[in-house]
Amino acid sequence: MARVEERIDVGFGPSPAAEAASRPRGDLARLPWISFFIIAVLIVVAVLAPLVAPHSPTEQSLPDKLTPPAWQEGGSTKHLLGTDILGRDVLSRLIYGARVSLIVAAAALLAGGGVGLMVGIVSGYLGGRVDSFLMRVVDATLTFPTILIALLLAVSLGQGLQTIAIAITVLIWARFARVVRGEVLAVKTRDFVALARVHGCSHLRIMAIHIVPNVLNTFMVLLTLHIGFVIIVEASLSFLGAGIPPPTPSWGQMVADGRSHIASAWWLAVVPGAAIMLVVLAFNLFGDWLRDWLDPRLRQV
Amino acid sequence: MNTAAPVVLEVKDLHAYLFTRWGVVRAVDGLSFAIREGETLGLVGESGCGKTMTGLAVLRLLPEPAGRIVRGQVLLEGEDLVTKSEAEMRQVRGRRISMILQDPQTSLNPVFTIGDQVVEALRMLHGDGARALSHRAEEALRSVKVAAPEQRMRAYPHQMSGGMKQRVVGAIAVAGEPRVLIADEPTTALDVTIQLQYLTLLKEIQARTRLAMLFITHDFGIVARMCDRVAVMYAGRIVESGPTRALFRAPRHPYTEALMASVPRMEASVERLPSIEGQPPSLHDLPAGCRFAPRCGYADDRCRREYPPTLPVGPAHEAACWRVEPSPPSR
Repeated sequence: MARVEERIDVGFGPSPAAEAASRPRGDLARLPWISFFIIAVLIVVAVLAPLVAPHSPTEQSLPDKLTPPAWQEGGSTKHLLGTDILGRDVLSRLIYGARVSLIVAAAALLAGGGVGLMVGIVSGYLGGRVDSFLMRVVDATLTFPTILIALLLAVSLGQGLQTIAIAITVLIWARFARVVRGEVLAVKTRDFVALARVHGCSHLRIMAIHIVPNVLNTFMVLLTLHIGFVIIVEASLSFLGAGIPPPTPSWGQMVADGRSHIASAWWLAVVPGAAIMLVVLAFNLFGDWLRDWLDPRLRQV
Repeated sequence: MNTAAPVVLEVKDLHAYLFTRWGVVRAVDGLSFAIREGETLGLVGESGCGKTMTGLAVLRLLPEPAGRIVRGQVLLEGEDLVTKSEAEMRQVRGRRISMILQDPQTSLNPVFTIGDQVVEALRMLHGDGARALSHRAEEALRSVKVAAPEQRMRAYPHQMSGGMKQRVVGAIAVAGEPRVLIADEPTTALDVTIQLQYLTLLKEIQARTRLAMLFITHDFGIVARMCDRVAVMYAGRIVESGPTRALFRAPRHPYTEALMASVPRMEASVERLPSIEGQPPSLHDLPAGCRFAPRCGYADDRCRREYPPTLPVGPAHEAACWRVEPSPPSR
C-alpha cells in the first residue's frame, strides 16, 4: 500500500490561538452597549430603590399634586418627573415599579422557562405517545386567551405578586416547550447522539449533556425575548386592575392611572409607558446579540 | 489470514425486524458471520439491504420502539449480547464494541470543543482527574495523527475539515480500547485522497490493537484494500462470503457476479456499464424462494420456490445458490 504522509494538517484560517488573541477587540465593538446600559441601570435602580429614590413612592403631598416634570413650566427640581394626582413623586414610583417588573419577570421566566425546557426536551427526545400527549397539553395551553386567563387566575387567586408570577408562568411555559421540542427533534437525529449511545451513555445523560447545550442557545434567546413579553403582560394586568394592589407602584398601574389625565398631565402615562418600551427594547436587543454570541459558528464571523 | 486467532464476534442466525404501522420489515433475516481478532470483515450490499441494521443490532441500538431482535445470538467473546440488560449493554458499548458512522459533519457535538468531547468520552472509561484526562485526550488525538493536538483540543468541530473530524471520531471510538469496531461507511463523506489516508489509519490502529473490524460499505475498491474477508448481503441475508481474493477472483453467487460486473474498470472500454435490472425486493413482502430470483438471469422454478442452502464452494468460501457445485472444503 502506498505510504501516506505521516501527519496531515488540513489547516485553513488562523489557528485557534491566533483567533483567541484577535477576538476581544472585534467583539468589544459589537457588544450591545445601549441595551447593556439600560438593563444595568434597571437592575441597579431596582435593587437599590430605597437609596436611589428621592421620595417615598407612597408618600402623598396634595399641595404638590400634578406638578409637571422639572423641564416644563411650573416644574421643580424637587420632583424631576413631576407628581401624580395625589402628589406622589413619579420618579420614585417608577424606581420602585422597576422592582415589581423585575421580580415578576424573573420569577415567571425561571418557573415557566424551566418547566418549558424540561417538557420540551423530554417530549422531543422520547417522542411517541409521551410527545403526543405533552404536545396536546401545549396546544391546549396555547389556545388560552392570554389576558383573559391571567385575569381569571388573578381574580381567583387574589391579587398580588405571586398571583401574577403564577399566572404568567402558566401562560408561557407552553411557548418554551413547543420551541425547545422542535429544536430537540432536529438535534436528536444527528450522529453524535447515536454515537453517544454507542459509547454507553444513558438516555438521561444524553439529554443532559448532549441535547441541553444544543438547545440552550435557542432557549436563552427565547428567554430574553420573553422578558419583554412578561413585563408587558404584568403591565397589562396591572392596567386592567388585576395586578399588583394599588399602593405598591407598578408601571402598568401607573399607565392606567395616568390614562384619564392624558390631556392635562401627559407625563403620568407617558413616563411609565416610555420606561416599559425602553426596557422591553433593551431586552430584545440583548436577546438578539446573545443568539449570535452563543453560537460558536457565528462568534468569530 | 491467521485462522488460529480467536473469534471475537460471532453472529448466529440473527433476525432483527422492524415492526412498523405498515407491516413487518425483515431488515436482518437469518444472518451469520464471525470475525477473528485482528481481522476485517467487509459487509457489502446495496442501499437498504440491512447492512446498517446489522451494525445497530449487534450493539442493540435498533431504532426504538419499532426495531427488535427476534431470534439469534450475538456472541462477543462467547457472551451473548442479545440477552443482556440495557445497563449491561452500556458497559459493553464504547468499551468492548465501538462504532464509526458515515458523516463526520454530524458525528461531533457542535457546541463543545474537540478536547471537551474526547475528554468526555475518556471520562466515561477512566476515573482520572481533569489534567490526566486532558493528557490522555492529547495522546488519543496524536494516535490518530491529528497535527498539533494541544491546539486542536481548543477548536470547535466547525473549524476542522471533514477528514480531521473523522479522525477525531476515530480517536473517540478506539479510546475505550474496544475489541470490535463497527465502521459504517466511514469514508463515504470524505473525498478520495482523504479516504486513503483514513483507511490507512484504520489499518494501523487495527495492527496496533488487534481489534476485529466489521466494515460496512458498498465500495468494492475499499473492500479490496481493507478487508480480509467479504460477506455480500442481499435483502437481509448473506448470499456469499469468503476470503476477499477468492471472492473477487471467482464470485460464485449470481448477485456477487452482477455486482462485480457493474464496477467500472480502467482497462476495459465499455459504452455502458452493466447494471442489475429491477429493484431489490421490498423487505415487507419477501418472495418465498431465493430473494434474488426475480432479478437473476439463471433463475428457474426451484429458485422461485425454495431458498437455497448455503454451501461451501472453496476454502472458507460459501454461497447460497442452487447453481453452485458444492465442493468439499479442500485441505
